[in-house]
Order: sequence, then structure tokens, then C-alpha cells
Amino acid sequence: MIQFSLKVILLPPMKISDNTKAYFDGLRDGTPIGLGYFAVAFSLGIVAQKAGLNASQGFIASFFNMASAGEYALFTSIMAGATYVEVAIATLIINARYLLMSCSLSQKFSQETPYFHRFLVGFGITDEIFGISIAQKGFLNPRYTYGALTVAMPLWALGTSFGIIAGNSLPIQIVSAFSVALYGMFLAIIVPPAKQNTTILVSIIISFVMSLLFAKLPYISSLSAGTRIIILTIVISAVFAIIRPIKDEDTK
Amino acid sequence: MRDAYIYILIAALVTYAIRVLPLTLIRKPIQNTFIKSFLYYVPYITLAVMTFPAIVEATQSPIAGCIALVVGILASWFGLGLFPVACICCVVVFVAEFVLI
Repeated sequence: MIQFSLKVILLPPMKISDNTKAYFDGLRDGTPIGLGYFAVAFSLGIVAQKAGLNASQGFIASFFNMASAGEYALFTSIMAGATYVEVAIATLIINARYLLMSCSLSQKFSQETPYFHRFLVGFGITDEIFGISIAQKGFLNPRYTYGALTVAMPLWALGTSFGIIAGNSLPIQIVSAFSVALYGMFLAIIVPPAKQNTTILVSIIISFVMSLLFAKLPYISSLSAGTRIIILTIVISAVFAIIRPIKDEDTK
Repeated sequence: MRDAYIYILIAALVTYAIRVLPLTLIRKPIQNTFIKSFLYYVPYITLAVMTFPAIVEATQSPIAGCIALVVGILASWFGLGLFPVACICCVVVFVAEFVLI
């Protein structure tokens, strides 16, 4: 009898719509992503604080950019007093991968999905949100992506603000430790594919070596960090695209 | 010093354009092999360039940064995800600097 009444409370007879289910699935899958984002955004906030941003600027920057590497470049550019054009080019190159993800996600939309959803889903394309969205079976229900964004975006933006605030007051040992979180995340993105694919492995090793040379060589090292990243990314990627063009199975 | 809000606005506009233009304009997959290959390599190479040597320069002690780099690579190699690897790197730096400094 008790069981029966509980069942009535927990499972109302009303059928949950597919859209609602998609949204809550997104919330569920977005939660671990959001927690990871908070921690990484925190370390990004420490960089932002060094660049002289306040907590609300950090919140706005993170809310509207949602890109760890892109924002890192933004903050270091601000710190270096880069020009607006440099920032635009750096953002374009570093976030260029979203171009590819956006192309790929465009194939995931049903013709019946209203067009405006493309503008909203596009806003939330990050490595992780893209990853879980593209992994959905069949066409993407945009509400799934919205669910994930509902939890991930505020945590990302708040994490940045917290990093900026705490970066001021935390002991230097803690700040120093947190400052590598972002790089740890970058490693976790690039190393697993390198394990599977020798070309990626070689490209990463060459990138490390060239990046070290560019940071140490006379004349070149006087270029801003953002500019060096742009030059190295374009040149090394272009060289690999020429000598090792991808086959279709690589993109799967 | 230039205005931080203008920097943020520029970065946000460029990023949004990158994310939304293909999704709204391109309906078919890109066929050009060079562009496909270039876009395929960009994320790995740009993240690699940004990580090293910056990770070594971010910490108080460069040696702690080097250890974090090696441990981070090993942890990722053995299949740990983004969040665990980020945490491990932080702990490694904290412990290493505690010992070294």
C-alpha cells in the first residue's frame, strides 16, 4: 500500500515528454563537466587576475567565451598589452577547432528542428559539450545541449570569478599549484589521441620543441606569447596537413 | 592600457562567429582535404604549444613544473580524464614545491 502511494508520487501518470527527458539527460551529463569546468576556470581566473581583470570582468569573459585555451590567450594578451587585432587573430586560430566541430554538429540537426536552435547550440560548443552532443543517438535534440549548458556555463563563469577573487588572497603555494590545472587539462586532451595516432604524437613532440625554441631564441622570444602561439599553430598544422593529410577514418 | 571590456567583446564575437557560422551556413561536410587536415591538427598543436614551456614557467619552481608536466602526460597516457589529471598536476606541484623550496 505504501509502495503503491510512493509510486504514485514518484511517477505521476502524466507522460514525460521527449523534450523534457532530453533536457534532464543533458543536466545529468553536464554536471560532471560543470564540476571539472569550475576547477579549471578557477585556475584560469588566476591568470585573469594577473592580467588585471576584476571578478565581474572574468565572469563576463568566461560566460561569453566558454573556451579555456581561447580565454587563456585572451588574458595573456591583455597582460602583454597586445593590440585588438592580435587578440582577434589569436582567438580565431586557437578556437579554430570549434569551426570543425560546428561543421560536424550541423550534420546532427534534423531538418525539422527549427533553425534558431542552431544559433543557440552554436553558442555552447566546447570540446566537452560538443563531445556529449555528438555522441547522442540519431539527430540531436537541442534541449539536451541546453540541459548540459544550464549547469556547465554558470560553473565555468563562477569558477573564473572565484579564481580572480581567491588569487588575490590565497597563499602563493596554493596559487602556484592551481596554476598548472589548466595545463593538466590540456595534456589530458592531447595525450590520449597521441597514444592512438603516431602522427599526432609526433606533431605534439615537434610542437613542444618548437615552442621551447621560440620562447628561448633571440629576436623570436621578444614576440608576444600570443603571436608565437599563432605562428607555431598555423605553420606546424599546415605542414602536417600537407605531409600527412588525414584520411576519412581519422576523423571518426 | 586598452579597455578590458573591448578585448573581451572582440574575443567573444570572434569565438561566437567561429561556432555559429558553420552550423548555420554549411549544410554539407567540408571536402577539401587540406582544410580538413589543417583543422584536424590545430587543436592538438595549439594546445601543445600553449602547454610547454608555459607549464614550467607558471610555477614558483621550474622543477616542480617539469615534474607536473611529466606526471600529467603519464596520467593522461594511462587513461585518466581531464579533471583527475588537472588535480594530480596541482597536487604534484604543491608537494614538489613543499620539498624543494
